[in-house]
Amino acid sequence: MSQKITGVKASAGIAIGKAFLLTTPDLQINTVAIEDPANEIQRFQEALARAKNDLEGIVLRVEREMGTEHADIFKAHLLVLEDPELVDTVKDKISNEKTNAESALNDVAQAYIGLFEQMDNEYMRERAADIRDVTKRVLSYLLGVPFAGLGELTEEVILVADDLTPSDTAQLDRRYVKGFITDIGGRTSHSAIMARSLEIPAVVGTQGITRAVQPSTLIILDGHEGIAIIDPSEEEIAFYKRKQADYEAQKAELAKLVNNKTVTLDNHHVELAANIGSPEDVAGAIANGAEGVGLFRTEFLYMGRNDFPTEEEQYLAYKHVLEHMGDRPVVIRTLDIGGDKHLSYLALPEEMNPFLGHRAIRLCLDNQELFRTQLRALLRASVHGNLKIMFPMIATLEEFRQAKAILEEEKKSLVNRGIVVSDQYEVGIMIEIPAAALMADQFAREVDFFSIGTNDLIQYTMAADRMNEKVAYLYQPYHPAVLRLLYNVIKAGHAQNKWVGMCGEMAGDPIAIPILLGMGLDEYSMSAGSILPARQQLSRLSVEDAAKQIDTILQMSTSAQVEAFVKEWLEKV
Amino acid sequence: MVEKKIVVQLAHGLHARPAANFVKVATSFSSEIKIIKNEKNVNGKSIMGIMAAAIAKGEEITLITDGVDEQEAMAALEKALTEQE
Repeated sequence: MSQKITGVKASAGIAIGKAFLLTTPDLQINTVAIEDPANEIQRFQEALARAKNDLEGIVLRVEREMGTEHADIFKAHLLVLEDPELVDTVKDKISNEKTNAESALNDVAQAYIGLFEQMDNEYMRERAADIRDVTKRVLSYLLGVPFAGLGELTEEVILVADDLTPSDTAQLDRRYVKGFITDIGGRTSHSAIMARSLEIPAVVGTQGITRAVQPSTLIILDGHEGIAIIDPSEEEIAFYKRKQADYEAQKAELAKLVNNKTVTLDNHHVELAANIGSPEDVAGAIANGAEGVGLFRTEFLYMGRNDFPTEEEQYLAYKHVLEHMGDRPVVIRTLDIGGDKHLSYLALPEEMNPFLGHRAIRLCLDNQELFRTQLRALLRASVHGNLKIMFPMIATLEEFRQAKAILEEEKKSLVNRGIVVSDQYEVGIMIEIPAAALMADQFAREVDFFSIGTNDLIQYTMAADRMNEKVAYLYQPYHPAVLRLLYNVIKAGHAQNKWVGMCGEMAGDPIAIPILLGMGLDEYSMSAGSILPARQQLSRLSVEDAAKQIDTILQMSTSAQVEAFVKEWLEKV
Repeated sequence: MVEKKIVVQLAHGLHARPAANFVKVATSFSSEIKIIKNEKNVNGKSIMGIMAAAIAKGEEITLITDGVDEQEAMAALEKALTEQE
């Protein structure tokens, strides 16, 4: 009898295969008195050599398959293995205390782990995890317990684990790992993000898959539905094989669109762009046929570190993205910190309503050194591509004018220093506050473009915290109140010949797309994976037809009514 | 033996990659390498020792190299402490 387990949809696709349980080996350490320290040291050195051999193999494979930056973590592990302090302390302990290698290594490693874990610095705390990882590897050789590492896979499997650490995901071998299922995690957890970028199906947060599965049990994993079927029947296997084939065929169909422009049925061009969070995401954007970057969130440059990024570091990151996108537009949003996003090295007071508080452009205008550094980096990078600078969380014209004046000042001072700055870059704002959406006609005279950030615009319009499940029902993208604001912004932009884009989740939503097309939206920016389906959908829609529906839609009274109307309309096309 | 006081110029101190870089350079020499910070002695070839010492930007440390290639080692390591990669 098959068993069905539900979790969170983390990455699309279907996989059928045997389970590989990634479990922590039982490394029970006993302290044993030994007679022959020389022999014990010999055992220790052999274990070190074997662990080193493993790691060198992993470094080579990870470099080849995932790129050098993913291999850094294993190079750090190698440095730990070769650390003379660590190795000598263990040897001294074996000689002096006549204790076994396992216990000596464990004691020394624990002392370092404790030291690093106490440090007031995220980077150093992560090093504690590295030491733990390396120690486990050596201990498993000493104890003769197989280290169930992912590096040792030789057949196709579906990985089943409590959770996957960055170190686990970095060594996923795509030839063998056809999908994974975990007990914990959500859509935005590390493992889910990695699964999407590796394009392997995944379901996370099942709360118990590891208990329900034995090694080598047959599993069907459906990343579209967020389910796993354990011990499936013949019928189930046949059904999911068909579903898998359909999905692969659809993917192949979509892949043909990668190099195409996005053109509607009536030959109208709209731009489909990607939202990215780091310079490395550019490759994925291009692979998915992005015609631009509609939102480059710069927060990542500031996170997971001990101090502000320098102008040079930022310049290199922006340059990388601009150069890789060639003449395609790249919208870079200035720092959007505060609210739910914090930096360990920038003390921000606790706020009662952080989403309505001191964040994004408000914070930047008050911390001008921080802001100016970023603007200089952007201006210097402007010569490397088609740059559009976007200020987030603009509520009033004064804020925009002040931000733009600061940008102009920095530009002037760079030019005076003989640094070349492009004359072609654009300056626009993110529309995410209802006040700005309502005043779009006034903003349109002064900005070069608008990009509508629907995630925040919806929560501010509906006064519903999108993190609060109890009011989640109010988060209604198709609510006529939201749609009227969107239409107002698009019309106002066009009246002044300014282009209008959207960089929220809504831009890639198949129900929203026909409405946005009818309203005349120029640019749709979404997660890279949504681009090709959107391109296919748009090729079947006509602007003229869509525009005729807008008056009807805007006169509707509820979100449900709009949704039902669009679904019916889509069935006809 | 060569001894020199050096003010660390690396933006994030001797954390992260700079520490790994320092160790890589240090181990390429046969000389003994020592860092002294607040009278504490750290083996310059030990990544864990160096990271545990948590050396920040602007801190003054004493660098000691001792061996056949001590001059070359001093020059290369001073560079590793003062120049961004």
